[in-house]
Amino acid sequence: MALYRDQGVVLRTHKLGEADRIITLFTAQHGKIRAVAKGVRRTRSKFGSRLEPMSWVNGQFYEGRNLDIVTQVETAHRFDHLRIDSDRLHRAAVMLEAVEFTTSDGGVDRSIFNLLTGALKELDRTGNHSVLPAFVAKLLTLEGIQPLVDECVVCGATEELQAINLHQGGVLCREHRSGQIITPEVRTALGLVFSGEVRRMIDETPPAVADATEFLAVQLLEQHLERRLKSATVFGM
Amino acid sequence: MSTYARPLEVLIDELGRLPGIGPKSAQRIAFHLLNVDRVDVSRLSEALIDVKDKVSFCERCFNVAEGPLCEICNDPSRDHDVICVVEEPKDIAALERTGAFRGRYHVLMGAINPLEGIGPEQLKVKELATRIASEDIEEIIICTNPNLEGETTAAYIARMLKSFDMIKVTRLASGLPVGGDLDYADELTLGRALEGRSAL
Repeated sequence: MALYRDQGVVLRTHKLGEADRIITLFTAQHGKIRAVAKGVRRTRSKFGSRLEPMSWVNGQFYEGRNLDIVTQVETAHRFDHLRIDSDRLHRAAVMLEAVEFTTSDGGVDRSIFNLLTGALKELDRTGNHSVLPAFVAKLLTLEGIQPLVDECVVCGATEELQAINLHQGGVLCREHRSGQIITPEVRTALGLVFSGEVRRMIDETPPAVADATEFLAVQLLEQHLERRLKSATVFGM
Repeated sequence: MSTYARPLEVLIDELGRLPGIGPKSAQRIAFHLLNVDRVDVSRLSEALIDVKDKVSFCERCFNVAEGPLCEICNDPSRDHDVICVVEEPKDIAALERTGAFRGRYHVLMGAINPLEGIGPEQLKVKELATRIASEDIEEIIICTNPNLEGETTAAYIARMLKSFDMIKVTRLASGLPVGGDLDYADELTLGRALEGRSAL
């Protein structure tokens, strides 16, 4: 049993007993952990507001047998706009849920941690609609899923690419189409992320295309996870 | 082969389904019930049946009630022009203990929580809008919890009520607890306490 320090983003909280909460965090060095924060639901709690979902905190934890215990917490970065803008909040909730279900307990992945914190910062700062689809596409890439978007995965055609099917590995031409419909604009936006041009995708994608890309990206992620994301359902995706 | 007699096992299983009660606690309560007088157990079982038979939710505000309307909605001495919006019926009890509010309530039956898949449609928000349209309301006090879910719900309701020009929408203040130390306060709470400071 030992104390350890780490930074993490709160993915979810559950009530426990009279005044405690179980906090699920995605940390930089220990991966996804679950820790009990004692007394945080009381008004006199020392770190109540610091352990809300999507808080980025520096914490000290006591290693337990099943669950760790939060002993100290400080805010590492404040996301003020996420808390007051319901559109940003919903998109951030989808990101948290996506990370929660793509990672396993204790599975350390610094790339996913950097992706999550970077995306939350960008979403908090700009509220740009392209942030969520860029995040999802990048997350899929980190998961080892990178669909082909330049040519039909069946015949290699580069014209009239009309659909995308994750199980087949990418886009499909008119003749072989199956899965979800994809427009040329959405294909370009996804292609930019898959080729590493995330910043360009975020800056240059028009809002209407970003919304369509967001819808498709979340669908692809759900296909990969083989489950619906609750936050996406509430958001009407 | 089961460890205990069948009825006792069933009781432990049922108690173990209750919130906050684990297998050990369920076992302890079950053995306690086995040892107490029959009359005490009958009183408990009658109380459980009674609460299911006689208690429902108020048709107007969704507080717990013995009839169609709760005691507060039936009380003619309460102010009819102020509604306090809360998440759960137990929040009403906390506000009533202050003795500082003489208006009426509206219980949302939860808060918006995207991570749990709870949106406005699952709450009693539409019913609140109906009440506002049909009753002579001057002020709505939003008393949802000062956490992420409560703040999201408050922001949603405030936005929804923008179309009702004549109604004043207020939010419960947040700040430092009485008897607390300033250096232990988190930055968000302290920031809000500064924003909401009042003249002495």
